[in-house]
Amino acid sequence: MADSKLTRSNRTGWLMSLPGFTLVALFIIVPFFFAFGLSMTNQRLVSPNPTKYVGLENYRQMLDIALVTLQPERDASGTVIRDDEGTIQYPRLRRLSRSDPAFERYKGMREWFGWQSGESHKAVVVRDPLFWIALRNTLLFVLVVAPVQGGIALGLALLVNQKLRGINAFRTIYFMPVVVSIVVVSLLWRFIYDGNDGLLNNLLDTLSFGAIPGVDWLGNPSTALGAIMAMSIWQAVGFHMVIWLSGLQTISPTLYEAADIEGASKWQAFRYVTWPGLRNTAVLVIIVITMQAFALFAQIDVMTNGGPLDSTQSLVFQAVERGYGKQDISGGSVISVVLFVLVLAISLVQRWLTRDRQN
Amino acid sequence: MRQKHHKSRTQAIVKQALTAAAIAGGTLFTGSVQAATDLSLWYHGAGNEVESNIINQIISDFNASQSDWTVSIQSFPQESYNDSVVAAALAGSLPDILDVDGPVMPNWAWAGYLQPLPISEEQIADFLPGTLGFWNDELYSVGLWDAAVALVTRQSILDEFGLRKPTLAEPWTADEFNDALAAIKESGKYEYPLDLGMAWTGEWYPYAFSPFLQSFGGDLIDRDTYRSAEGVLNGEAALAFGEWWQGLFKNDLAPGTSQDPADRDSGFLEGKYAMAWNGNWAAVPMLDTFDDVLFLPAPDFGKGPVIGAASWQFGISGDTEHADGAASFIEFAVNDKYLAAFSDGIGLIPSTPGAAALTTKYAEGGPMAVFYELSEQQGRVRPVTPGYVVQAKVFEKALADIANGADVADTLDSAVDEIEIDIKRNEGYGHD
Amino acid sequence: MISHDNHGLRLAVRYAVLVLVAIIFVFPLLFMVMSSLKPDHQLLVDTGSLRAFLPVGDISFDNYAAAFQRAPISTFVINSVIVTGVTVMLSLAICSLSAFSFVFLRWSGRNLLLSILLATLIVPFETIAIPLLLLVSKLPWLGLDGLEQGWLNSYHVQILPFAADALTIFLFVQYFKDLPSELVEAARVEGASWFQIYLKIIMPLAGPVVATAAILRFLFMYNQYLWPLMVVQSDEYRPVMVGLQYFFQLDTPWGEVMAYLSLITIPVLGFYLMLQRAFIASIASTGVKG
Repeated sequence: MADSKLTRSNRTGWLMSLPGFTLVALFIIVPFFFAFGLSMTNQRLVSPNPTKYVGLENYRQMLDIALVTLQPERDASGTVIRDDEGTIQYPRLRRLSRSDPAFERYKGMREWFGWQSGESHKAVVVRDPLFWIALRNTLLFVLVVAPVQGGIALGLALLVNQKLRGINAFRTIYFMPVVVSIVVVSLLWRFIYDGNDGLLNNLLDTLSFGAIPGVDWLGNPSTALGAIMAMSIWQAVGFHMVIWLSGLQTISPTLYEAADIEGASKWQAFRYVTWPGLRNTAVLVIIVITMQAFALFAQIDVMTNGGPLDSTQSLVFQAVERGYGKQDISGGSVISVVLFVLVLAISLVQRWLTRDRQN
Repeated sequence: MRQKHHKSRTQAIVKQALTAAAIAGGTLFTGSVQAATDLSLWYHGAGNEVESNIINQIISDFNASQSDWTVSIQSFPQESYNDSVVAAALAGSLPDILDVDGPVMPNWAWAGYLQPLPISEEQIADFLPGTLGFWNDELYSVGLWDAAVALVTRQSILDEFGLRKPTLAEPWTADEFNDALAAIKESGKYEYPLDLGMAWTGEWYPYAFSPFLQSFGGDLIDRDTYRSAEGVLNGEAALAFGEWWQGLFKNDLAPGTSQDPADRDSGFLEGKYAMAWNGNWAAVPMLDTFDDVLFLPAPDFGKGPVIGAASWQFGISGDTEHADGAASFIEFAVNDKYLAAFSDGIGLIPSTPGAAALTTKYAEGGPMAVFYELSEQQGRVRPVTPGYVVQAKVFEKALADIANGADVADTLDSAVDEIEIDIKRNEGYGHD
Repeated sequence: MISHDNHGLRLAVRYAVLVLVAIIFVFPLLFMVMSSLKPDHQLLVDTGSLRAFLPVGDISFDNYAAAFQRAPISTFVINSVIVTGVTVMLSLAICSLSAFSFVFLRWSGRNLLLSILLATLIVPFETIAIPLLLLVSKLPWLGLDGLEQGWLNSYHVQILPFAADALTIFLFVQYFKDLPSELVEAARVEGASWFQIYLKIIMPLAGPVVATAAILRFLFMYNQYLWPLMVVQSDEYRPVMVGLQYFFQLDTPWGEVMAYLSLITIPVLGFYLMLQRAFIASIASTGVKG
């Protein structure tokens, strides 16, 4: 909007935004800075010990990461020891870090992942594997859920934007999972995903005439996160459908009529009329989904507790687990701050990208 | 009292605010002379009607029995009770009387949430050991009941597989137990031979499964010093336990961490599982369903059969100015009559032999009398240290990971690391 | 022209797609409602088959009666409705006003303030709950009995911290940006005050975003769990999601759980249906954008 005298008003501007800003400042920004302060102390949730300032020590512990090269075990003659299957045997890092001075720096660190390089074994070791695993899972969750959920939601919105009798009923039905709390939904889906006689397994079994074997969806490290992603998409997609729908409905019908007269195909009408008209809506949907995905917690808490084998750990789950479960408030706060910085960085990049294209 | 301890700044501020409020409150109430002083009691049993009725009965009996104190109750759902108490402590609004889960008590006592319980020795002389909460050689809490875990199965199942019925004097050995599981598995008649209750996350894991580890000869922590877990949680015995534990799931002898909670509640009753590792609180429906149900002692994995002890107990809040009133309520409550009422109502083990004799289920020859003996002979409290709260979490995760196939030695090693780092960061949790 | 038969076929296909998708969305909820009518034992046996979605077997409302017996459900629902309703109304008023000033007015500090607000979108509530608890336990409150210290155990402790949030402000900002600015400029020329423009010109056009924001806020508030758990210590002020915990006993009565879940879902569905009508009406009557 043009900056004119008509729209300039310092006093009214501040006055109108102040109630909202004050509340946010008092109840979100102040507690967040408090959390930031706690992250630089050794504060416990329950403890009679005095709080001490520790600077960046908590961050150093959590983010400590290094690459280690392990030489294979050799027998007296210097030949590499292999097991029955021919796999080269390496010493345990834990043993090395407690005996070999060269490895002392890695004491207490664990291998996150590693690979074979010639005869030696390269390992990425970290001091806080749970943090890194949670970070990886959270990013994976966001990368899958944000586009898929946004896309399906748009498809559904187009589907229920048709002028058909009874379409409102379908809109309501598609929205229904949203009105049920995620905690409740997670409880219900535990029954559905059950490995022995769960509904999903029985359904697949029937549809495939027994060709698909039963899967323990939440008990198998390779399917658990996927199962939670699918459920999360299912639960919230109706909400984003409604947002898309409100965007769709603000596009004037005359534009479609014009496109029709020009002889545009359905795809062209979507590409050149619908999509440009959804620009602000798209930004909104992407941001809301991304924020919700980064906050992944309740599903994990109800369904898997981060397991099996850490395949469903998430950052917020770890923050809560540390802060409340293990009474380590400073540790939980460190994760919160890192998460904040991470998402802030991502959204700044997002903004920079969209701005660039606009100009 | 809290003043003894060093306090963090936040706690100090809360305390100041509280004192100010108390002064304001005091001046307001001086007008009413002679009235009974109000005492607040927090209890974990919201949603359990029978339990609520009994505790309400105790309170109204107490209020009627004297004119100095009036106790009023706030009930909380059990699942979130500890979180509510911690939140209240942070906000400076603890009640006068608290109930506390046995193993958590040292954590709260150490932090000043609780103060020592001045109750006469003779009144608790014949209480089951698991029902008394000691920290730093002082009594902090006392329980109106204990709980015990047994290996639940049916006589007909033992007969079917030709298994010896184990007794307290002669429990199953590890081999006998493992052979029994293998034979049942072999028959293919059950979905799983054994239900361990893996669906019950949280305190169930350390409560129900650390006794196995102890029977192997390991433990969560070295109980001589409470400062190290090296060689205890990752020593030879612990590794043997870990391998055995992993085998239960690798060989499909027990449902794993993804068990659905409903199967835990009813799987044994429906005949999906041949045996279940379950507590006395679940015994009543089993007795109702089968006429030949058996509650067997824990197997002996080498160092004697062990089960977990200690359940919910009452204590006096560290913040209260009416410790005398709180103590007189607790003394009033630990009466055989009420112990028996809880036992009859919800199937818990009464804390004294006198109360047991008053009950229908635990009296000599009663259907659940075996639990009293289990509790008395096999019961062992979880590590008595403020750090237990963290150690329990670490142990729970380690067990879940091992059950899901993680390397046993690595997992136990890092559990030890985590526990020791935590102890260090808490300056030894007050153990010298 | 499309022939009549062809048209009928296409219509049938459209409905078939709609119904198929509907099944995917409705089945877990059907499972919830049907289970609430069955005794525990049958409920658990049925979970593995299509029977889970059908009102078959031993059907009754016993679970509902038992659920009311177990917990003061009406108190929980009333508490949730009060807390949620008041928060939604406050939030709509406060946030739309802020958004209005961010979009239509030019004032120094505007961009900075908006950026700071949007950054708070990133803070998950779980991570600031404890600092917030320490804060509200010290805030003063002027109640009926005079000045009180600390906000615990009340409605306002559940309402005020959530009366404004970046997401709602952001929703309004994105929507207001799409409104034609000429409206505002014209009104200024006519001599209308800013507040008049907000109330008489902009808000009447904001139906869809009000509905969206209201639903989002409603859901967030109605599903609150961690916060009330920390700040509410008596049945009197306890909301529905904490009430759910009353049903997780060691031997969980699943039928009652399902009954309780069905019961607490009704108010939300009602709220959505109410808004949906308002929201569709507002679109039909304005038809603002081009």
